Amino acid sequence: MSVDAGAGQPLLRLEAIDKHFGPVQALTAVDLEVPAGQVTALCGDNGAGKSVLIKTISGIHPPDGGQMYWEGQPVHVRTPKDSAALGIETVYQDLALCDNLDIVENMFLGRERTRLRTLNEEDMERSARDTLKSLAVTTVRSIRQPVASLSGGQRQSVAVAKAVMWNSKLVIMDEPTAALGVAQTAMVLNLVRTLADRGLAVIVISHNMNDVFEVADRVAVLHLGHMVASGPANEFDRSIVVDYMTSGRSTRAVGGNGHAAGNGS
Amino acid sequence: MTDAQLEPEIEGPPEEDLTAAPEETAVAAVNPALAADSLGEYLKVWWARVRGGESGVLPVIVGLILIAVLFQSLNSTFLTAGNLVDLLRQGAVYMLLAMGMVYALLLGEIDLSAGFVAGIGGTIAAELVKESTGWPWWAACLVALAACAAIGVLQGTIISRLGLPSFVVTLAGFLAWQGVMLFILGTGEGLVPISDNTINNFANGILSPAASWAVMIAIVAVYGVLTWTRDARRRKSGLVAPPASLTIVKVVGIVVAGVVVVLICNTNRGTLTTIKGMPWVILIVLGVLSLWTFVLARTRFGRYVYAIGGNPEAARRAGVNLARIRTAAFALCSLTAGIAGIVYASRLRSVSTNLAGGELVLYAVAAAVIGGTSLFGGRGRPLDAVLGGIVMAAISNGMALQGYSTATRLVITGIVLVVAVTIDVVARGGRARAR
Repeated sequence: MSVDAGAGQPLLRLEAIDKHFGPVQALTAVDLEVPAGQVTALCGDNGAGKSVLIKTISGIHPPDGGQMYWEGQPVHVRTPKDSAALGIETVYQDLALCDNLDIVENMFLGRERTRLRTLNEEDMERSARDTLKSLAVTTVRSIRQPVASLSGGQRQSVAVAKAVMWNSKLVIMDEPTAALGVAQTAMVLNLVRTLADRGLAVIVISHNMNDVFEVADRVAVLHLGHMVASGPANEFDRSIVVDYMTSGRSTRAVGGNGHAAGNGS
Repeated sequence: MTDAQLEPEIEGPPEEDLTAAPEETAVAAVNPALAADSLGEYLKVWWARVRGGESGVLPVIVGLILIAVLFQSLNSTFLTAGNLVDLLRQGAVYMLLAMGMVYALLLGEIDLSAGFVAGIGGTIAAELVKESTGWPWWAACLVALAACAAIGVLQGTIISRLGLPSFVVTLAGFLAWQGVMLFILGTGEGLVPISDNTINNFANGILSPAASWAVMIAIVAVYGVLTWTRDARRRKSGLVAPPASLTIVKVVGIVVAGVVVVLICNTNRGTLTTIKGMPWVILIVLGVLSLWTFVLARTRFGRYVYAIGGNPEAARRAGVNLARIRTAAFALCSLTAGIAGIVYASRLRSVSTNLAGGELVLYAVAAAVIGGTSLFGGRGRPLDAVLGGIVMAAISNGMALQGYSTATRLVITGIVLVVAVTIDVVARGGRARAR
C-alpha cells in the first residue's frame, strides 16, 4: 500500500474489508484508499461488489471483517448516521428526491431550519441558493420549482448539492450519469470535478469508461468481490480497466508506465 | 452547519442568475409569486403555469361558477342569501371531514373509517351532555375528540408499524366503529337528542349582524397583516419576492371576499321572522382551515407529510420517522372527523343509528379530490377540501331544490365526481403522467 506522494494521509482507507451475506462472499479482503481532493472511480462488472462496498462505507451493511480508517484513525461505521457524522454522504442512483417538493425543500429534507417552531423558509432558501451557486449549478430557473419539473442532470445536481451542504468530506455517487444524455452528463461530470477541486473526496461508481477517464484521478476495479487493481488514473487505460473488470487481470501496459498495481488476493 | 462552509469563491456564471425571473417562456412549474416582479409579469407566469397543467384552484372556481349559473337558471332561489347560507351550513360537515381526509390522502393512503369515527365523536358528545350524564359541553367535546384521536392513533399504529394497507385497516374500522356506535346508541331508543344549546349552536347558531362584521373584520385584519409581513420579509431578505402590488391584490381580495360573505349572511333570510347573521359553523370551518393550513405548510411535521406522500424512501433516508408521522397524520384525520361528527350531530340536534357513515366518508373523499387533492399522495391542501366541499354541497343543494329523486341525485353526483377528476387529470397532463 503506497500513499501518493504529496497527498499525505488518505481521507478514507479500507483494509481487508470482508462482507458476506449468508454463504455468499460479497467482498473479500478489499483494500482501498480515497484521498481528499481527488475523484476515485470505482469500476466493476455487475455483481462485482461495487454497491456492497459503498453501502459498507456508508454504514448500511457494516463489514464482517477488516478495518476502516478515517483521517488516519480507525473507525467503526455501523449505521448510516455514523457515516453521516463522519462527513460521508451518498448519492444513490435513485437520488432519493421527493418530486412534489421544490429544490429548497428537498435539500433541507430532514434538517429543516425553524424559527419559533415554524419553518424558516428565507434562511433555507438563501443557503440553498448559495450552495447551488458555489457548485456553479445555474441552469435551474427558480429554486422554488418542484423537482418533478427538472431534467435528469438538474436532479442529479440537486441531489449532489443536498449531499455537500452538510460539511461533508466524502461524497459517494452511484452511477451518476447512467440515465443522462450527452449535455447532462457533461454537466454532472463538471460538478464532480468542482467537488474535488473544493477539497472533497469523491467516489464515483461508473460503467462508462469515457466518464471514468474524463473525470477520475484514481481508478479502483472490483472483480467478484476482490479489489484487483487500484492506482492513479494515468496507470490505466480503457482496455486495461476492461480487462480487469472482465477477467480480474491484465497483461497490457500503458505507454512506458509499466503495469498497473494489481493486488488481487 | 452554518453558511461558513459554503465557500462563495466559485461564483456561478453571472449571465444567468439562479433565481432570476423567467423570460417569456416561463417554466410552468415555477410559483408565479416567486418568479415575477410586477403584477403583469405575475399574471403572465400564472397563465403559463395554468397552461402547463398547474391550474391550482382555477378548475374548482370555474366549476362553482358553472354550477351556480346552471342551478340559478333552473331555479331562481339558488342564489338567494338564504339558500347560499344553507348551502354552506350543509356543506360544513363535508368540508371538515374532507380536511381530515386530506391528511390520509397526502400520505397516499385513505381513511374509510372517517365517517363512522365522526359518528363516534357525535355520539360520545351527545351521550355526555344528555341530562342523565350532564357534562358541560366543552368537556363532552374534548372527550369526544380525544376518543376520535385515539382511534386514529390505533389505526395509524396498525398501518404504520405492522405495515397493513390503510384500505384494509380502515375498512375494518368502518365496520367496527359502526358497531361500537350502535352499541353506545343501543342502550337508548337508537336516538340521543341533544338539548345542550352550545353544541346545537355549532351548526345552527348565528352571530348578530354586528358581531358578524366584527369577527370578519378581525379575521381579515389578521390575515392581511400576516400576508403583508411575510411578503415584506421576503422582499427585505434579498430573495425573489412577490411584488408589493401582488400582496395588495391578495389582501384586497380577502377583504372583498369577507365583505361579500358578511353581506350575504346579514341579508334577512327569514320568511316569518327576521333571520340574519353569520352561522357559527363558518367560523368553525375557517378555524380548522387556518389551523391545518398552518400545520401542513409551516411546520416540519407538515413538510414530512408531503415528503412521505412524494417519496417515502427519500423521507426515510432523510431521517424522517415514517411510522410516527404516519400515525400522527391518521390521528389528525380522525380528530378532524370527530369535529365533523359533532357538527353533524349539532345540525340534526341528535345522533341516531341512521347515521350514514359510508356516504359521509365517500362524499368527503370526493370533496377532497374535486378540490384538487391527489389520491396518489403528496399533493393537496386543506383549502382544496373546503372548495371541494362547497362544490359537493352546491350540487346536492341545487338538485334538492329541483326536487330530483335520490336515484337521480346519486347518479349525477357520481358523474360530477368523474368529470371533475377527468378535468383535473387532463389539465395536469404532464404531472399526471409523471406519477
